[in-house]
Amino acid sequence: MDFSLSKAAQGRIAMARMAAEGLMRPISRQFDEEEHTDPWDFFNTMWEASKANAEATGLGGKKAHDKKGPSENTLLACMQIEELAWGDAGLYLSIPNPGLGGAAVQAVGTPEQKQRFLGTFYSDKPRWGAMAITEPHFGSDSKQVATTAVRDGDEWVLNGTKIFCTAGHRALDESDGFVVVWATLDRSKGRAAIKSFIVPAGTPGVTVTRLEDKMGIRASDTVTITLDNARIPADNILGHADIVEKKNSTGSFGGVMATFDSTRPIVAASGIGVARAALELLKETLAEQGITIRYEVGPSEQTVLEREIMNMEAQLQASRLLTWKACNMMDRGQRNSREASMAKAKAGTVVTRVTQKCVELAGALGYSRKLLLEKWMRDAKITDIYEGTQQINQLIIARSILGYSSAELN
Amino acid sequence: MIDFEFDEEQQLIRETVNSFAAERIRTAAREADELGAVPEALVASAWELGLIQGSVPEAYGGYASGAPSAVTGALVAEGLAEGDLSIALHLLSPRLVVDPVLVLGTDAQKHRILPEYLDARFVAGSAAVVEPRMNFHFTKMQTTARRDGQDWVLDGDKCMVPLARTAPNIVVYAKDDAGALTAFVVPSGTAGLEIGEREKMLGLHALELYPLSLRGCRVPDAARLPGDASVMLRRARVAQSAMAVGVAKATLDYAINYAKERDAFGVKIAQKQAIAFMLADMATETDAARLLNWEAAWNLDQGNDSAREVALAHRYCADMVMTVTDNGLQVLGGHGFIRDHPSEMWVRNGRGFATFEGIACV
Repeated sequence: MDFSLSKAAQGRIAMARMAAEGLMRPISRQFDEEEHTDPWDFFNTMWEASKANAEATGLGGKKAHDKKGPSENTLLACMQIEELAWGDAGLYLSIPNPGLGGAAVQAVGTPEQKQRFLGTFYSDKPRWGAMAITEPHFGSDSKQVATTAVRDGDEWVLNGTKIFCTAGHRALDESDGFVVVWATLDRSKGRAAIKSFIVPAGTPGVTVTRLEDKMGIRASDTVTITLDNARIPADNILGHADIVEKKNSTGSFGGVMATFDSTRPIVAASGIGVARAALELLKETLAEQGITIRYEVGPSEQTVLEREIMNMEAQLQASRLLTWKACNMMDRGQRNSREASMAKAKAGTVVTRVTQKCVELAGALGYSRKLLLEKWMRDAKITDIYEGTQQINQLIIARSILGYSSAELN
Repeated sequence: MIDFEFDEEQQLIRETVNSFAAERIRTAAREADELGAVPEALVASAWELGLIQGSVPEAYGGYASGAPSAVTGALVAEGLAEGDLSIALHLLSPRLVVDPVLVLGTDAQKHRILPEYLDARFVAGSAAVVEPRMNFHFTKMQTTARRDGQDWVLDGDKCMVPLARTAPNIVVYAKDDAGALTAFVVPSGTAGLEIGEREKMLGLHALELYPLSLRGCRVPDAARLPGDASVMLRRARVAQSAMAVGVAKATLDYAINYAKERDAFGVKIAQKQAIAFMLADMATETDAARLLNWEAAWNLDQGNDSAREVALAHRYCADMVMTVTDNGLQVLGGHGFIRDHPSEMWVRNGRGFATFEGIACV
């Protein structure tokens, strides 16, 4: 049992903190107000840093050199992301990188695909990867995929509409990136027929048809993508093209779903970063007014502010520890679906409540757009929605603790 | 680096404690609650586990390799309380004396006081912390310790003092002349120390609790443990919070089993989201509380000033156990209200954690 941060963790946090303070906070309000514009200076700076980092760690192709002791890669990623989201959650989501699309390639791609899409990713100009799952008629119920993929010679032909695709605009319109698109080979075959396909920018028939106007994380683009007889090479399918209809087997669908085990703690960490920013600013503002928090006082002495802040600090730390636990298990190669969902569900609720409460407690200052508190309240809410809503994660936790299949508890 | 795994020794202790709790403690819990007593035979066989002896270093007659670890103490406390809270508090009561002597006492005090607690048989320990009034907090004690020549004179009223009638010594917490929180090891026969009628509580029915009055109670300076006693009350909070997690875990598992057996509307009630989501939240909250408390325990073990961490974990665990036990009863519906099931007992015990101070130790 150890609650101390390793040297590597401290270093990673310090680096991310520099970017958060130096590059993100100064432009945070601007790119919230100027939705659908691109902070290119920020992109270029982050891109150069990522390029240097990719050369050192070998994204996609080369493997990172093995260190002694257990890995803490997932944990370090979460710590880094908490810091970046502390800087600005929308900008963090906009950092040019392979994103969720890249995570899918990394998880289920062939060595050739990894090399083709990830091995050469960090070259030239900034580039984004994205993931397109949701469609207008479904959200969480992802077996309802209606976008079709039909084999035609050496190509797949894709048709359909995808919504709520994060960074889709920058991946397809602003850079030479790619989007991983979920499509079905046969709608009558359910989950087993759902496959994911790598759609590169510039593919004819692929159009970004709408940029969403959102409550928060406005620096991040969220788009609708229309696929109209979009043709991609046959070997752009992730996993095999067979439709294996076996009971209790979801085939490559399950493989893609398993990527949530690593991305849910990351979403939790990003929300925790936002909520921590709000809580820190609240405490700093109070300190300027001469109010500090006393942790060991009796009930008649304790102020409402102290009680609320203690509660928020405890809730936030509890969320963080659940997140770290989920990471720790993943880094040890243990199955962590339950813990990943616990981290996500807990953080979703906590960061929403904490940021709302911080706006309340800061009074008119909190409600004003002069400070970032109101923005953080808008940014935090998405934590409880994307990568599985609160309720979807509760469902996963419940199935896990009850030993139920999705048929037994739905 | 961040790591939530137990070491080998902790793993072994955990397995021993958990199986004893499941086989011996849980099975005795309801009857103990109804009769208002912990069975002697159970106390005797628990003594063989070496829970107290294992926390005392060899130099003082135990077989621990070092100072008591709050993390290890927390896992013992959680495991026993998952069996039953009253019985856990009874079995671990010797640590109410042993731990403050080990942590705060002088070498002479350790050699003088500890051997009595490491004999072949269980010897009850006791501590007097809580005072019988609203708005009590351990930083604002009204019990005083006044220096008088070579002696100290204790005055004040205490309540919720466990096993006071059988414990040979009671560790009394009081404020000294300088306002510092100080602990005194007071032999139970000391003049001016009066033990009242056994208290009846909402929960903890099996645990003997007493009020205590101190009227000019004079003890020699050798009874005073010289260190800062607030450390012990933080350690107590970690022990209690660990027990809260144990009670919550017991409730959760019981509710899960019930919900998977009980039919309604053609399915098991666990197959209804209204129930399943309650259980999911209970599981998440229990895990979250446990991690938060482990972090506080770990900070104590590092010798860090852990006031904040302990306060946060204590608050969190006390709130959590109330919610989780209440929901655990709710899952059983009307049956949860019937004393055939343990759920209502866990609710009554769960309510106490916001009130308990210094009632357990790690």
